[in-house]
Amino acid sequence: MDIQSLVDNVPVEGEYSLEGIDFITSGEQFLTFQLAQEQYGVDILCVEEIRSWEQPTIIPNSPSYIKGVINMRGIIVPIIDLRMKFSIGEAVYNETTVVVVLTVENKHITRTIGFVVDAVSDVLNAEENEILNAPVFGGCISQHYIKGLVNVGDNIVTLLNVQALQSIEPHKH
Amino acid sequence: MTIDLSQFVPTFLEESFEGLALMEASLLDLENGDSETINSIFRAAHSIKGGAGTFGFSDVSEFTHLVETLLDEMRDGRRDIKPIDIELLLESVDCIRLMIEAIKDDVSFEKTKIEQIARLLTETLAVGVTTAKSGTVDPKDNNDNLVVDEPINLQESSDEKVKWLIKFIPEHHLIQTGNDPLLLFNALADLGEVGVVGFSTDLPSLSDIDAEEVYLSWELSLVTTASQAEIIEVFEWVEDECLLTLTRVASAEAAIKNVAAQPYVETQASIVSAEPAETARTAVVTNEADIKLEQTSVASAIENVSVVSAKTSEPSSPTKAKADAGSIRVGVDKVDSLINLVGELVITQSMLSELGNDFDLSKIEKLSSGLEQLLQNTKELQESVMRIRMLPISFAFNRFPRLVHDLSNKTGKAIELITQGEQTELDKTVMEQIGDPLTHLVRNAIDHGIEPAEVRLANNKPEKGTVALNAYHQGGSIVIEINDDGGGINRQAVFNKAVEKGIVDVNSTLTDSQVFDLIFEPGFSTAEKVSDISGRGVGMDVVKKNIQALGGRIQVESKQGIGTTVKINLPLTLAILDGQLVKVGSETYIIPLITIVESLQVRTDFINRVSGDMVLYRLREDNVPVIPIYKLFNIEAVITEVENALLVVVEADGQKIGLLVDDLLAQQQVVIKSLNDNYQQVEGISGATILGDGSVAMILDVPGMITMALRSAQQYQPHNHQAQPQFEGVQP
Amino acid sequence: MTTILVVDDSNSIRDMVSFTLKSAGYNTVEANDGVQGLSKAGDNTVDLVISDVNMPNMDGITLCQELRKLPDFRFTPILMLTTESSGEMKQKGKAAGATGWLVKPFNPEKLLSTIKRVVR
Repeated sequence: MDIQSLVDNVPVEGEYSLEGIDFITSGEQFLTFQLAQEQYGVDILCVEEIRSWEQPTIIPNSPSYIKGVINMRGIIVPIIDLRMKFSIGEAVYNETTVVVVLTVENKHITRTIGFVVDAVSDVLNAEENEILNAPVFGGCISQHYIKGLVNVGDNIVTLLNVQALQSIEPHKH
Repeated sequence: MTIDLSQFVPTFLEESFEGLALMEASLLDLENGDSETINSIFRAAHSIKGGAGTFGFSDVSEFTHLVETLLDEMRDGRRDIKPIDIELLLESVDCIRLMIEAIKDDVSFEKTKIEQIARLLTETLAVGVTTAKSGTVDPKDNNDNLVVDEPINLQESSDEKVKWLIKFIPEHHLIQTGNDPLLLFNALADLGEVGVVGFSTDLPSLSDIDAEEVYLSWELSLVTTASQAEIIEVFEWVEDECLLTLTRVASAEAAIKNVAAQPYVETQASIVSAEPAETARTAVVTNEADIKLEQTSVASAIENVSVVSAKTSEPSSPTKAKADAGSIRVGVDKVDSLINLVGELVITQSMLSELGNDFDLSKIEKLSSGLEQLLQNTKELQESVMRIRMLPISFAFNRFPRLVHDLSNKTGKAIELITQGEQTELDKTVMEQIGDPLTHLVRNAIDHGIEPAEVRLANNKPEKGTVALNAYHQGGSIVIEINDDGGGINRQAVFNKAVEKGIVDVNSTLTDSQVFDLIFEPGFSTAEKVSDISGRGVGMDVVKKNIQALGGRIQVESKQGIGTTVKINLPLTLAILDGQLVKVGSETYIIPLITIVESLQVRTDFINRVSGDMVLYRLREDNVPVIPIYKLFNIEAVITEVENALLVVVEADGQKIGLLVDDLLAQQQVVIKSLNDNYQQVEGISGATILGDGSVAMILDVPGMITMALRSAQQYQPHNHQAQPQFEGVQP
Repeated sequence: MTTILVVDDSNSIRDMVSFTLKSAGYNTVEANDGVQGLSKAGDNTVDLVISDVNMPNMDGITLCQELRKLPDFRFTPILMLTTESSGEMKQKGKAAGATGWLVKPFNPEKLLSTIKRVVR
């Protein structure tokens, strides 16, 4: 099987394609996206699909960053606005606003959750040794969400821990 | 080739449970049954034993062997069928079930009870049979046809090559039972090198030859490592129909092995001594290389063994997961009907796409009839698919003959159990969860309902009490009734007890059904004595909770002195729900139809405001608290004034509330999807569904909403809940 | 292709036997009691019958007797599956015309090596 046929088989959702995926790489690959002016990345293997924003169905008494649930081919998928969860930028919904749907299997339980971000940017290759530890101080994102940092040119991409992102705090009564 | 036997275990477990159920039912029916009854019990035990042996559950097969032996003696008429033995057999059924369940759950079982029953079985068997019968004789013991020169080392197979001379003189009719000498020789050839010499001395003249008879005899030589037993086994099926002589000729390596492999010395010694001297000499000259070769092969054999054991221990947990997933055996007729429906669907689809090829307005009528047909197909298909999950309620009812039998013994009350509508079908999941509540209700009926014989006789009732189970369909739900002809519920006693427990106010006036509903309150029990059958009044509230969790309802009707009927209403399936769609702001919600009492336009003069913010609506004699959904769920609504709104009155836990909605939409069946899969449980929401336009709608959990409403009411008036009698009795 | 009729009222045993035979390249026809076995025997060309003894409706011994009455089955090997190693059952089987027997419990390997004695 040649590489081109592999590439052709990659499912492409909506107008966002993943042409940047390089199949001959030793390191990990991350899908990067924007929250306000900042760049973030998640493990590309967790990315189920990228959807344009649609108004979800409200989950009663849920925290404000949980926007509700949508129907993704018969599966009920909750939608979390990452900008609100991390208090970064403004939660506006326009043409570039997209939902990155991530799936993680943990102890035989598969969870699929969509995350609202400002825009999807690129695919990032990062070798193990390129991933730096995040500084322990500051920031409005709790440390356990952060997997590490990668320097890309002059910018920094914050890699997020998808498993931690997916854990949902129980509602408070 | 290796075949993984574990793949057949779920089927074995399933059929064992069925076999046990059959054994139990037939044992209880033994006095009315005929010879086929005991035969069927025997067969069930026999199958369980056979399967257990085959799939490696020796505990089960050994235990079941005892049961089977006892049943065999009863079946043959060698042993009278005594009630005490039936009791023992019933307990044995419990033991086997215990073991099978342990296998299913992949846990170990409590050995004490099983050993105790096994001991009782052994003792019973030892007491001997009622009618004497000649013992059976193994033909191997008195087989004159088989001649073995050296009847030693029958079982041991060794790695050494031995030469055997085999004389095989079949009786003439041998091939008439399907045996073929050629195939037997082929089988021998699998054991080693075979040489064959045929003798035709017995061959009659051509005119006398019968083509269906064998006239030849043979002498075979076989060089093999196989044991004598393995060689004899090849002829196992023909040994009564032939003269067979086995002679051991030579053993090539025995002498050297004697020296090289010390552990073998003892077992080999006798062979060597029996060996003709000539062979021993041959053996001595065999070179050392063979020994080394042999040692390696032993080492590799050991390695193989350890690999195998590692493999067998590993997949135990996945197997368990598989067992948990469960399976349904579906009748072929149901599958056939599905296939037919899919066929129809395909026809409709092709008709519609044909229509779409060059569509114009003149064809609109055709289109609409095509769509109509599609709707019909889809509906039938849905019903058919649902039917796959449906099982007759006899699966839940079949435990009761035994239960009633046991309770009857325990309480000394003679009880007849009547079951009706066993073929009524119910969703498998509902079935699994309804068993325990039903059991509790039947226990209750016997323990508290049916009076002792002397009381019954004094009241001109038949001495034998009756408990009737009845199942039938009613609309979209199934009704199960548990009926007893006992003393009925003492209304006053229930009321007094409820007052004593602080569940109701002494001055409240309640209808009969309201009083009877009190027995479902947590901590309520009217039994004077606590018995070990129905326990301490834990249960009725749990029964009600379980039934509500299934989306069902439970009601009690009772007439003092006549009897009690408990009526359970259950949805046919858990996967689909009949719902009323309502609009609140931008959101669509689904209210389960089964909870809806009525929907109405609010009449201003029926509104009462009490204790501040609480709105009560007068619905005939009830004051129904009005709960605006938008407030409860913290969302935006179009209509916030009670005066202009629509009210959907729902009921759960005997509590009515009025849900304030913006608009009533259609009623429709919805497929229930869990929110837990990717999210978590949400209070007041039982699940979600996908509507025709692809959007998601939440399904309301009415009991949960009542709890929420109650909590917020208490937050407003922490010391004032006495003012709302409607909420009494449902406090968490 | 060699076709084997497997008759057993136990689904698990029948599944196991049939699966084993199929894995070894035999064709199988299944029946869950003697009555069904007899009717399937009539509908198929069968080279070997493997039948349980204890079954509802028609037991294995009767099935064997009935099959031997059919011209096509006069010489067809018929093996009885039995849990009893006692001679009584074997002799009963022999008397009914059975070719041989397999004592349960047996494993797939044993099954395959044993049937070689009666089919090619």
